[in-house]
Amino acid sequence: MIAIVDYGMGNLRSVYNAFKKVAPNLNVVITSDATEIRKADRVVFPGQGAMPDCVRELSSLGLTDVVIESTRNKPFLGICIGLQMLHDFSDEGGVNGLSVIPGKVVKFRPKNHFNKVPHMGWNQVSQIRDHFIWNGINNNERFYFVHSYYVEPENKKMIAAKCSYEAPFCCAISKDNIFAVQFHPEKSSTSGLQLLQNFTRWKI
Amino acid sequence: MLAKRIIPCLDVTDGRVVKGVNFVDLIDAGDPVEIAKKYNDQGADELTFLDITASSDNRGLILNIIEKVAEQVFIPLTVGGGVREINDIRRLLNAGADKVSINTAAIHNPSLVSNAANRFGSQCIVVAIDAKKTGDHWEIFTHGGRNSTGINAVSWAQEMAERGAGELLVTSMDRDGTKSGFDNKLNKEISSRVNVPIIASGGVGNLDHMVEGVINGHADAVLAASIFHFGEYTIEDAKAYMRNKLIEVR
Repeated sequence: MIAIVDYGMGNLRSVYNAFKKVAPNLNVVITSDATEIRKADRVVFPGQGAMPDCVRELSSLGLTDVVIESTRNKPFLGICIGLQMLHDFSDEGGVNGLSVIPGKVVKFRPKNHFNKVPHMGWNQVSQIRDHFIWNGINNNERFYFVHSYYVEPENKKMIAAKCSYEAPFCCAISKDNIFAVQFHPEKSSTSGLQLLQNFTRWKI
Repeated sequence: MLAKRIIPCLDVTDGRVVKGVNFVDLIDAGDPVEIAKKYNDQGADELTFLDITASSDNRGLILNIIEKVAEQVFIPLTVGGGVREINDIRRLLNAGADKVSINTAAIHNPSLVSNAANRFGSQCIVVAIDAKKTGDHWEIFTHGGRNSTGINAVSWAQEMAERGAGELLVTSMDRDGTKSGFDNKLNKEISSRVNVPIIASGGVGNLDHMVEGVINGHADAVLAASIFHFGEYTIEDAKAYMRNKLIEVR
């Protein structure tokens, strides 16, 4: 079973639909139930909106512990704010994250006015390290991004991919059973679907 | 490098996609799900659905359509038309829309934009601006360009971005339906004053217009309806043409 963690921040249906598309026979659930998340074989941790709201909602539903626990023992996929929240701290609202990944979340401050914030649209993902999740996905393939903040993990070895928006930034991290991306695979057409399918087959 | 986006716009009424010029002589263009799939297969970067359903009885049909499209098409979906309150936005997002476009309601109640951005995040709030040249500036018009509001379009764009719009869809009511190209002066003016992405809309008649929208109008994305619906060009044609003009596309 794949559990998509639902803590009331945004619509998770696209993520659900995308998994059903690539793995029609898999049991996929959108859930706020800690027991169900604990039982799941794989956990997807999405997130949209502002990180302070996400941290607060996750905590108010009593899901913070089970998410941290899932980052230690099963294939875990973070998406967008789900990637950012794994870090120690975000400049967005000066809020603490889950401290699973040492590092912080900072805002884009482009000097060139042509570069708008949010960074929105299809940008190239350059794979820094080999990973099962990249199977069948070309290096520098484009994925759909929409975000104003990005992560700066302390340990550069955790960077699985970079993207460039005026300057290079980390757009995917991997550590043991954790893979987390800043872009939206569920909105990234064929390459995104490939990534999600790989996640359903990833063995740790 | 971030690609410039090409966004086909589908006008939907009573559950069907229609095509026509300036909302007159609408003819049935087919099933929204099939058309959405076709554009997705051609490489559209996003899809915009504009609900032009007149009768409130049939307004709910758009939710069905979005649900069905979202099950099969995995690119961002924007829905606009008749969005009046927070609950309209919630329903559309729950149906599978990634972004919701607010137009007239923002004029009547600008705080709707701030509230929506606070509630759902700026990333899913688009403000649609219908502007028309009036003397030496542009003003916001409603009702398909018939009614002036007296609001300056450029300052309005700034206010909407400050209130939390994540993106602005700028339509020139002078150019809409004319096939004479975007109002690139308008787009450039707005694009230089706000820090959020701008989608240029209204007036595309050929592929050069799309190129000009990006190069002269500084648009981050270009939206077009008729040139794609009537089969004059495919999305692939548009991308090949833009790539040839050294514009970064997917």
